[in-house]
Amino acid sequence: MTIRPIILGGLAAILFSSSALAARMDLTIGMVLEPPGLDPTAEAAAAVDEVVYANVFEGLTRIGPEGAVKPALAKNWTISDDGLTYTFELREGAKFHDGTSFDASDVVFSLDRARAEDSTNAQKALFSAIEKVEATGDTTVVVTLSEPSGAFLYNMGWGDAVIVAPESADTNKENPVGTGPFKLDNWQRGSAITLTRNADYWGDQAKLDTVTFRFIPDPAAATAALLAGDVQAFPNLPAPEAIAQFEADPRFTVVIGSTEGETILSTNNKKPPFDDVNVRRAMAHAIDRQAIIDGAMFGLGTPIGTHFAPHNPAYVELSETYEFNPEKAKALLAEAGFEGGIKATLKLPPPSYARRGGEIIASQLRDVGIDLEIIPLEWGQWLEQVFKGKDFDLTIVSHTEPNDIDIYARDDYYFQYENPDFKALIDKLNVTADEEERFALYRQAQQIITDDAVNVYLFQLAKNGVWDAKLNGLWENSPVQANDVTGVSWSE
Amino acid sequence: MSEHVNNTETEGWRTFRKNALRNRNFLIGICLTGFVLAIALISFIWTPFDTTKLVISDRLNAPDLTHLLGTDHFGRDILSMVMVGARNSIAVALLAVGIGIAIGVPLGCWGAAKRGFIDEILMRSSDIIFAFPALLSAVMITAIFGPSATNAIIAIGIFNIPVFARVARGAALTIWSREYILAARASGKGAVRITREHILPNITNILVVQGTIQFSLGILAEAGLSYVGLGTQPPDVSWGRMLNEAQTMMAIAPHMAIIPGIAIIVTVLGLNLLGDGLRDLLDPRLRRER
Repeated sequence: MTIRPIILGGLAAILFSSSALAARMDLTIGMVLEPPGLDPTAEAAAAVDEVVYANVFEGLTRIGPEGAVKPALAKNWTISDDGLTYTFELREGAKFHDGTSFDASDVVFSLDRARAEDSTNAQKALFSAIEKVEATGDTTVVVTLSEPSGAFLYNMGWGDAVIVAPESADTNKENPVGTGPFKLDNWQRGSAITLTRNADYWGDQAKLDTVTFRFIPDPAAATAALLAGDVQAFPNLPAPEAIAQFEADPRFTVVIGSTEGETILSTNNKKPPFDDVNVRRAMAHAIDRQAIIDGAMFGLGTPIGTHFAPHNPAYVELSETYEFNPEKAKALLAEAGFEGGIKATLKLPPPSYARRGGEIIASQLRDVGIDLEIIPLEWGQWLEQVFKGKDFDLTIVSHTEPNDIDIYARDDYYFQYENPDFKALIDKLNVTADEEERFALYRQAQQIITDDAVNVYLFQLAKNGVWDAKLNGLWENSPVQANDVTGVSWSE
Repeated sequence: MSEHVNNTETEGWRTFRKNALRNRNFLIGICLTGFVLAIALISFIWTPFDTTKLVISDRLNAPDLTHLLGTDHFGRDILSMVMVGARNSIAVALLAVGIGIAIGVPLGCWGAAKRGFIDEILMRSSDIIFAFPALLSAVMITAIFGPSATNAIIAIGIFNIPVFARVARGAALTIWSREYILAARASGKGAVRITREHILPNITNILVVQGTIQFSLGILAEAGLSYVGLGTQPPDVSWGRMLNEAQTMMAIAPHMAIIPGIAIIVTVLGLNLLGDGLRDLLDPRLRRER
């Protein structure tokens, strides 16, 4: 008697699974890092945006795969002639995942919350131009700026500027409630996050039913998981050495794209001896960037000489400012009074660009008399000790935020660079709307930080995308930190 | 009496040598161990290339005449790395066994001499340490105090303490019941002196056998800890780290994984055979059985 239901159930399972094979509706994406929380308006970690951006949370605008600003929760907008007043026309019928409706008051709440005095937003600078935000109707929001801002619409497309609801804002860290085409289904700490389709989405329905983000920090395990089909896509595979193997395999598509990740040897500018510009310049001369790209990234990456993405139109080629020249490095160190050599620490977060790059840099710096002790750190320890605590000499990290040269103007940023001229330049940049003028200012800014050798600029991180050849719609480049799966589907 | 002891010693040595030459395990073991020891010692004065110097343009070369065992992903010569790695493995294992002997043997002898309450406490604390899976606890220790070769030595050493304490106690107990100990006590010798003069010389054999086995386990443990990134840190070379780094390169440079793997196999096999051989040769109980 009990056997029959089991058989029926088994038959049903077989039927369902075979229909699932016909048109696959699920996807497992591999990521290196697990986000510490899921609220993009409160966390600095790129992994947060890489799960929730465009999938779970949406902002007024969004950044598309090519880096262009597109409408999102704002259907359209008008800008006043003086560039100070932005009137956003909002989507009608959008709903948060908990069923509460989206309207102008949510926008006012979100923007006011992000720019408030006690806000925990990691990118408060995005909102600095805003003077006031007003709802003039259920679906109309007027944002008044204190000064014209050329990047305002772009800024509103960042993950840090997404719209949240007052009812759920405080619990988004654990239980994200957004307006996006996917909602959180399950978070297995240390392993995976599963999103399911939001059937009440205001726009085009997502083509997948469930998307799972699995966290696999180990390069070997990541490669094995892809080969075994446990994950079907790795938007940025941490094992560049395996790329050739996947390229030769017809089951996979390999797309080497660009990211906004300036990989730098971050230097504590206030800690002796690194407060001495000659020591920093010596390090820049002592490091052979191409060797690091070849040795750590298997040739995937572009050498840079400043904190700017080479594909950006305002980029200045400065990678030869400090050419690889160990003799010159030694002379500069001697000039700074360190003929006897320097002892320092190099704290490395888990990504392979840091761990492998760190070994190469330690070897290259040892040749000029800078002896580095390598300290490997887990990501949480790194954020705590280095990024928040500023307790470090040198570290290697990739800054994957787009257009983030303004971090050099921030007070108390972890590499502790202070230059009033640079600050004035960024202030000026923030109030400049004209594109040509902005580019000129960006170029000046790049020149200043390179002259000061604030950090050693290593290479622009490549995006080593590897995924199942039958998958369509994944992003080739990373103009923002995102794994946008809203348009991803399986072909037959 | 001293003459008598001397006679048995030289006689013992002679039979040991005779048996040793007939014991295949012992011979193979000592050859392999001696070979590894030799390359470790040579590495102090000479290696074909400098292992701290990365030559990126030479990376992932298959074995050839310049680099007899090929190069790794940073262009380091793998033969040189295996040599320096042998030194590192041996140093870590030796120190860890040293910690175990230095602390474990006196504790075991103390327990055997005093018996009763102290013995009970010592042995039950050993049981507690034994109850933890050794490698897992070593991972815990290095995770708490930070990954480094020193902490790996301490972690492996801590788990050697109860091993030696138990072996020393068990062996010492059988000696304590002998008549000549009774005679020594009757002549007024204290427990410390008896342990030093009569117990320790008589349990050395067993400790040497145990030491050899713990030594090979120490090498495996060091490789394991370094493999998961908790042991030796760069730029120091470790076989375990070499294996870890080779993992993702298996498809393009299999020699990177095979060579340190063989090095570990040879060393551990050599030490285990040596340990087996020594046990056959030195353990009086086994000898009687034959």
